[in-house]
Amino acid sequence: MQIEVKDVCYTYTPEAEQPKFAVDHVSFSVEEGEFIALIGHTGSGKSTLIQFLDGLLKPTSGEVLFHGENVAAKGYDLKTLRQKVGLVFQYPEYQLFETTVLKDVCYGPKNMGLPKEEQEARAKEALSLVRFPEASYEKSPFDLSGGRKRRAAIAGILAMKPEVLILDEPTAGLDPEGREDILNVCRNLNDQGITVILVSHSMEDVAEYAKRILVMNQGKLIYDAPPEKVFSDWRKLEEIGLSAPEVTYVMEGLRKAGFDVRTDVFTVEKAKEEILRVFGK
Amino acid sequence: MNIIEILNLVHEYRELDEEGNEAEALRAVDGVSLTVEEGEFIAILGHNGSGKSTLAKHVNALLTPTEGTVYLSGMNVAEHKPIWEVRREAGMIFQNPDNQIIGTSVEEDVAFGPENMGIPTEELLKRVEVSLEKAGMAAYRLHSPNKLSGGQKQRVAIAGMLAMRPKVILMDEPTAMLDPVGRKEVLETMHELNRQEGITVVFITHYMEEVVDADRIVVMKDGKLVMNGAPREVFSRLEELEECHLTAPEVTRLAAELKKAGLDLPDGVLSVDELVNALCRLK
Repeated sequence: MQIEVKDVCYTYTPEAEQPKFAVDHVSFSVEEGEFIALIGHTGSGKSTLIQFLDGLLKPTSGEVLFHGENVAAKGYDLKTLRQKVGLVFQYPEYQLFETTVLKDVCYGPKNMGLPKEEQEARAKEALSLVRFPEASYEKSPFDLSGGRKRRAAIAGILAMKPEVLILDEPTAGLDPEGREDILNVCRNLNDQGITVILVSHSMEDVAEYAKRILVMNQGKLIYDAPPEKVFSDWRKLEEIGLSAPEVTYVMEGLRKAGFDVRTDVFTVEKAKEEILRVFGK
Repeated sequence: MNIIEILNLVHEYRELDEEGNEAEALRAVDGVSLTVEEGEFIAILGHNGSGKSTLAKHVNALLTPTEGTVYLSGMNVAEHKPIWEVRREAGMIFQNPDNQIIGTSVEEDVAFGPENMGIPTEELLKRVEVSLEKAGMAAYRLHSPNKLSGGQKQRVAIAGMLAMRPKVILMDEPTAMLDPVGRKEVLETMHELNRQEGITVVFITHYMEEVVDADRIVVMKDGKLVMNGAPREVFSRLEELEECHLTAPEVTRLAAELKKAGLDLPDGVLSVDELVNALCRLK
């Protein structure tokens, strides 16, 4: 098992008589190569939870194991953990700072103490993984479009060769094409064996890409299931500030109108097939 | 009556080299003309860097034109003095609610704008109350803004704007950071204010399904205005949208795919109910 989260709790007010838990007795595990989505309303505990995974926060109770070792243990090598578990924050492009894209992406490997040639080799590999055009390597990262800036920032994390990539709302503020670009990059990385954990508010994105969904509500993990299971409970999702993809509602509507259609459908492609099937086309 | 009139607007972001000479100029808005009627709900779509935000920032004088003119309620925005008369007429809500909230209680935050306008206390209190009511946040009057959800914070920002009694509210991706319910709250609040108070709304977003109820959609591409029409019309032109790096809502795309596969469906289906009803008629 790559990551095991065992009964973790977190409170920002540990001294209080009845502390409020931002993360409340959460357990799950992640296997190598999975593509997982983490969803939940704002303030549900998602961001707190992902910070445990690379040791930025220590749980108040419970433990987080990476390859079987407790990351909060004394003497645990957090520096290596943070290379292995890459965390891409919201709006990561705000963290770009170097004079050229290539230098910016080299920053991680440089801090790892790698020789200059290796730094550049890794940076170039990472930039090609996010399909960043080579002609812009020497450009200032501040002169790029929104989508490219974000891809450059993600490359900065990839240059450290993480086994696990966690992305917090990687598509926020991007246009539809930019969103698809970033998500396809995630899918490609996953195809190459990198574990991807995607935090998102977009149910459509989650439905299209993830194979397993974790749903948080008020600090608790209330679902850990494949998309068809989670989205077929759209009533419950609405109660907790989320929703199902639009096409799921179309299938529900058709069902109600007497069509014999499946309702565990959550992508345009699948919905098309299912509707054409009942129309005998 | 046209409340906003934009005539041949050009905006260039200029970069200076080390000697202070002009090195490069990026034309963010490139000859755009657009009029908005009082009481309209208009949506602006466009890829990242298409010039949507730059365009909107000219309406309340956050930017001044390189070329062209912008009129707001008959005022020439770039030249009108004092400038606060322009800003009071059209306020802007931004993407991140946390950057816009300054009060320690919801009430205090909403009072900040009108207080700066020198509104007397009694009138001020009344405005705060009414504005919170209209934004659906009256129950949170004494709460700390920090503990609110993203959607609620945006509604506090909207209330703060209402307290200044603007005729136009410009919204620059107000839902980008919100969860689905927060997005819905903000969108519904704006439609209500538009319908009941007659406030003109200019709504910028990257979520296509948020604009199906707008009166009109304009699409920008590389600084130019390339599409301008009712949602049904704009979203039936899928190929053009894709050339603009955009798409249509999922339901619209599903309907188009089904039509291509031989089902007799209309173009530009905009809602779940519409698609379900159209399919029922085919049964």
